[in-house]
Amino acid sequence: MELICPAGTPASLEAAVEAGADAIYCGFRDETNARNFPGLNFSREELRKGIAFAHRHGVKVLVAINTFARAGSFELWQAAVDDAAAAGADALILADLATLDYASRRHPDQRLHVSVQAGAANPDAIRFYVEAFGARRVVLPRVLNVMEIATIVRESDCETEVFVFGGLCVMEEGRCSLSSYATGKSPNMNGVCSPASDVAYTERDGRISSTLGGFTINSFGKNELAGYPTLCKGRFATPKGSGYIFEEPVSLDAAVMLPALRDAGVTALKIEGRQRGRAYIAEVVRSFRDILSGLDKGQTASSAGLAAMAEGQTGTVGAYRKSWR
Amino acid sequence: MRDPETTELQGLPPRLPQWLARAVAPLPLAPLQPALALMLARISRAYPELYDRLGEHAEKRFGIDPTDLPFAFVLEPKPGRPVVRAVRELPEGLDASIRGPLAGLIGMAEGTFDGDALFFSRVLWVEGDVAAALALRNAIDDARIDFDNILLGGFAPLATRLSDALRKRVRSLPALPGGRAWN
Amino acid sequence: MQLTLGPVLYHWSPEQWRDFHYRIADEAPVDTVVIGEAVCSKRAPFKQDHVPDVVERLQAAGKRVLHASLILVSLPRERRQTRALMEAANEAEVEINDLTCLASLGGRPFAAGPFVNVYNEVTAGFLAGRGATRICLPPELPLTAAATIAAALPEVAIELFAFGRAPLAISARCYHARAHKATKDNCRFVCELDPDGMPVKTLDGDGFLSVNGVQTLAHGCTSLLRDIPAIRRAGLASLRLSPQVCDMVAVARLFRDVADERLDAEEAERRLSEIYPDVPLANGFLHGAAGHVRMGTGPGSLGELR
Repeated sequence: MELICPAGTPASLEAAVEAGADAIYCGFRDETNARNFPGLNFSREELRKGIAFAHRHGVKVLVAINTFARAGSFELWQAAVDDAAAAGADALILADLATLDYASRRHPDQRLHVSVQAGAANPDAIRFYVEAFGARRVVLPRVLNVMEIATIVRESDCETEVFVFGGLCVMEEGRCSLSSYATGKSPNMNGVCSPASDVAYTERDGRISSTLGGFTINSFGKNELAGYPTLCKGRFATPKGSGYIFEEPVSLDAAVMLPALRDAGVTALKIEGRQRGRAYIAEVVRSFRDILSGLDKGQTASSAGLAAMAEGQTGTVGAYRKSWR
Repeated sequence: MRDPETTELQGLPPRLPQWLARAVAPLPLAPLQPALALMLARISRAYPELYDRLGEHAEKRFGIDPTDLPFAFVLEPKPGRPVVRAVRELPEGLDASIRGPLAGLIGMAEGTFDGDALFFSRVLWVEGDVAAALALRNAIDDARIDFDNILLGGFAPLATRLSDALRKRVRSLPALPGGRAWN
Repeated sequence: MQLTLGPVLYHWSPEQWRDFHYRIADEAPVDTVVIGEAVCSKRAPFKQDHVPDVVERLQAAGKRVLHASLILVSLPRERRQTRALMEAANEAEVEINDLTCLASLGGRPFAAGPFVNVYNEVTAGFLAGRGATRICLPPELPLTAAATIAAALPEVAIELFAFGRAPLAISARCYHARAHKATKDNCRFVCELDPDGMPVKTLDGDGFLSVNGVQTLAHGCTSLLRDIPAIRRAGLASLRLSPQVCDMVAVARLFRDVADERLDAEEAERRLSEIYPDVPLANGFLHGAAGHVRMGTGPGSLGELR
């Protein structure tokens, strides 16, 4: 199985290459990419240099152009597709029908991957992307269990890539407007979720409250572990009680699932975290490279041993083990 | 739903030894200022790409508060005329401030610590303009500044010892691997 | 300006669901009604028996009927249901809520619901090329984008989400079951206890979101009543009214009257707050602002569309 690693900066790209990535994914420093965070991402020149560096080390670079194009401004997304292809990207990771259609016509030889933001969650949806655009790989949403993944692999004429570590969307990716309801900025339109520009921390009665767009989304006691100020991982009140009603601040750690994912026929394993520092990249990539080497020798790992890197410092195998229908 | 209050940190991050904090406390800040100015000038010359990443945030005023030192820093990265000065206490009206033990701040700036991981464990804390603080963090992380040479000088060995201790502590936190039911 | 009644997103009792549509057929000035279960496949069997009668009554009243597909399709039975719905699309018009449907539509005409990601004129054009005749845009889309899409595709009826709590997210996890400490498999259909959604407040007690099983919706209720003149100038064909627990016939009449310029929009919104009380009205998405915000009618983000 290939190990696909994030890079938010050229320094992280180099760190991931050195730590043993098979491929790196990254994006341009603009709204065409779904990790459009302050101080992150690649200029055209940085992407060209990054791809050259990776290729010298036998590592591939996949370029994510995975937001939904703004009406009337499709040139921006077209330019991103053209420039990534010209820079030598090994694949483009796309979500919008508009960019998929454009890329498949304009660059018929370019390898296209269906982004997790497209939310292709079953073999029929995947068949559509393969037939319409010649998609070669689909990144699966984080809502499927291993059996469902095995079915997809069996019934699809397309490679699959699944997340194994990092931030966990509990809502189906690509169809969530929670962030824009609170802030006006969304993953689909702006490439941001619960953007830092709309986050504030205030201290009150010895507790720290985080607010997003003016809504209180959590409150921490002194020394209590924290997560990202992301809406779906906030604490709220319902008539049935208060707490983490959508999801606790946890990170995905599917290290223990790797044998099952391999047996299911998954092609590639993806690490989340283009917004993280190069210390995270180096440590997480190295850890998964070791686990994969062990797997080849018949060893299994119970976890990636990376609790310190995890949100709330807690790991979960997410939906991979869910048994309910 | 699990009560999140049950997961508490096991102790405090390593801090500067008390004797050191006490020893530096009465020192006047004035002699520090030219040295700081020189270091910042070197950084901004050696790492111009920092400003591309900072973008609009380069014009903002940052507070950097090593909570185990008796002073803090005010940083204005402004392209061409960057300013840094040591202060006893961070002034009002800063755009963003980052607080944490010196070892954590240095580790993050060097790229040996991941800023988010320090945030999750509550070692670091951010106030004010979170986007500006993130941009600064990401810009510095990408620049790979050689602090040993440029910034710390003779201070480096102590910082290295402290950050080793901090790393050990963050790693030794209880892991809860795969134990969370996903319902 | 046409009016469309969207599918009931909540788990109403089968009789309540049937009687609601009977009354819509008899009394509501809407052109199109979307029926079916879009949110949770476990709920579908309950209303199945009533579907033929509801369709007949609506069609007898001159309403066009669309059958909604599921938003999130992952189980084998969900795939089978979706495929069957698409293969019958010649006899019973469908509104697709997921691109899964395109694999089995085979060129038959269809409507696209608000859960299909249409953010620009190029994507809308792609779907039109595949047979889309109507497109209800995602609720978070601003009017400037909707206007661009409508202008580029005059042959497609472009619709906006104009009344009701805006649907914001869909998940494989059931938050109703989770709040009731049940599993999704053994959910006992607790979502039925909240026919207008389970309120989700901030820890400070501010209304924020609302939960409907696997779906999360806004707490605030979308009302585009005051934006109708700008919407008309932008060339949009239709407004969608999403059923809430209130007098939906009265809601439809308000929108009809404002669209026909028989009623002042300010007065209409005042009456709307009486028909659906205690829920703040919001139209921020349309103005490119946060969705929960209620924007005024003064000069603002709609630019020349105002």
